[in-house]
Amino acid sequence: MAAKKLNIKDKYRLLTRDLDWEYSYQDRQAAFPYEEFEGIKITDWSKWEDPFRLTMDAYWKYQAEKEKKLYAIFDAFAQNNGHLNVSDPRYVNAIKLFLSAVTPLEYQAYQGFAHTGRQFGGVGARIACQMQSIDELRHVQTQIHAMSHFNKFFDGFQDFSHMHDRVWYLSVPKSFFNDARAAGPFEFMIAIGFSFEYVLTNLLFVPFMSGAAHNGDMATVTFGFSAQSDEARHMTLGLEIIKFLLEQHEDNVPIVQKWIDKWFWRGARLLSVVSMMMDYMLPNKVMSWKEAWEVYFEEAGGALFKDLARYGIRMPKYADVIEKEKEHLSHQTWWTFYTHGQATGFHTWIPSDEELDWLSEKYPETFDKYYRPRWELAKEMEAKGERFYTKALPQLCTICQVPMLFTDMDNPTQTVYRSSQYEGERYHFCSDGCKDIFDDEPEKYVQSWLPVHQIFQGNCGGPDLTGVLGEFYKMNLGADNLDMKGSPDEQRWNQWKGKA
Amino acid sequence: MPVKAITPDYQGEKLDKFENFHGNQVVYVGWDHHLMFCAPFAYPVSPEMPFQTLLTEVMPEAFGLHPEFQDIDWESVQWKLDEADFIPQPQVALAAQGIGHKSVLRFHTPGLNGYQGAGV
Repeated sequence: MAAKKLNIKDKYRLLTRDLDWEYSYQDRQAAFPYEEFEGIKITDWSKWEDPFRLTMDAYWKYQAEKEKKLYAIFDAFAQNNGHLNVSDPRYVNAIKLFLSAVTPLEYQAYQGFAHTGRQFGGVGARIACQMQSIDELRHVQTQIHAMSHFNKFFDGFQDFSHMHDRVWYLSVPKSFFNDARAAGPFEFMIAIGFSFEYVLTNLLFVPFMSGAAHNGDMATVTFGFSAQSDEARHMTLGLEIIKFLLEQHEDNVPIVQKWIDKWFWRGARLLSVVSMMMDYMLPNKVMSWKEAWEVYFEEAGGALFKDLARYGIRMPKYADVIEKEKEHLSHQTWWTFYTHGQATGFHTWIPSDEELDWLSEKYPETFDKYYRPRWELAKEMEAKGERFYTKALPQLCTICQVPMLFTDMDNPTQTVYRSSQYEGERYHFCSDGCKDIFDDEPEKYVQSWLPVHQIFQGNCGGPDLTGVLGEFYKMNLGADNLDMKGSPDEQRWNQWKGKA
Repeated sequence: MPVKAITPDYQGEKLDKFENFHGNQVVYVGWDHHLMFCAPFAYPVSPEMPFQTLLTEVMPEAFGLHPEFQDIDWESVQWKLDEADFIPQPQVALAAQGIGHKSVLRFHTPGLNGYQGAGV
């Protein structure tokens, strides 16, 4: 007698592998036109190990259960005026940055995985990408809902997706994903599935979610928990894709290594904003950026690359440079935002004396020597009523699009300058890592949409900076931007708390 | 090395060519070991602008906020243009002395080591 219910294995087979078919009257290559141009060789898609044996019916059931609990907590957070329980109103600025810089990336990830989920010839890989694609869409939605409560009480949340497409510092995350999505499906998987989701994602999510927990933001913490099981699946998929590519053909190894080098570097540059969030923006600190890098990259990543060595894969190029930069990154990045505080969609501030001491303790080799003097200068200027806002626009790196703020690790007060010539034109970079990426594919990066140049070309409104910030970026000037001190956010907070 | 693209002979549009800047060229200026300014500045200026004008009318607005700016002895400043040593000619137009579109000018001020001598 046949079983009334299919066992998991059969169900899985029928609902995934069995969805594929042989092409009898169409050319299979024409059905998957993106599969070969990157030079990756797949000899046998059936060797693909499905990273999570999840079928669509089970997927919907689990996600629906998680969603119910999540929204119950969001409701409770709103009804209990959860925003009043955050540690300090400065914390909310980290959420503004997250919503405008990271949440739209979830949407780009959704689009990217939907595309790869269509383009892979192997059905197992297609199904895995499809599920991740739906996860990413869910993450956009739940993040927006988690943070929407703050929008009722604080400035700077209103136009996050508009800002993501236009604001100068948001071109950094936006261009990162645009680069990955403009690549072929295999490079996208190494860029996002492996380098980002597997190697670097803990550096984004763990500090961010722990930061929310340490600072009383229960809505965001709960989002984090709800996304965690998805993230675990995404990491598994990232690892599977790389092992699969490396096992399929030895010719894939150098191509994959090149992508690892590129996307590790781009990812490390992207994480600059996370470093400053951890060290400067969280009123209650979780750990320093340097400590996070050591735990989540040097230890965890080190073990991973040791494991991949048997395929002929080595540590990402310039990992040694990034290791040195951990002493400097957050300080250089927050200083950049502080000095451009008139042009940011969130508030910036001078760290408190306790925070300066915490930074000295966490960065004994570098903070007092290189970075504390900057804050003393800023304090001096503020005391004179001349809060420091930079008065000209910065040079940007053509690849990562970050202002050219990175310094030589053997000479830390000197800016790094790198450049290349291509068809008679000069291009500038913050590092050897970014220069290599350009030199490998200059035809792609000559079209970098660099916000400073776009402003000069008159493509961002104007003619003055007020026009760019207010009309083109849609910042509410005097409310969204400038220092935390004296901001409407601070004034409202003080009223709620019955302070002067 | 050419890009690997699904479109044959793929070539992206060059967004930063000189023609797009309405007659200006972009010149970057950085002050070595003075990181009060997080990055070099980018200026859209006419290729016909004399170097002296860049120095006295363009640069002071932003660089002038630095407490050491007024102490600079411009005679002893060491310049680099696109990574090579360079001696600017004050009355000559930028383009005429090789300061072209997206050139980098760096200046080094011996004796001035930044706020608190810390390279700030």
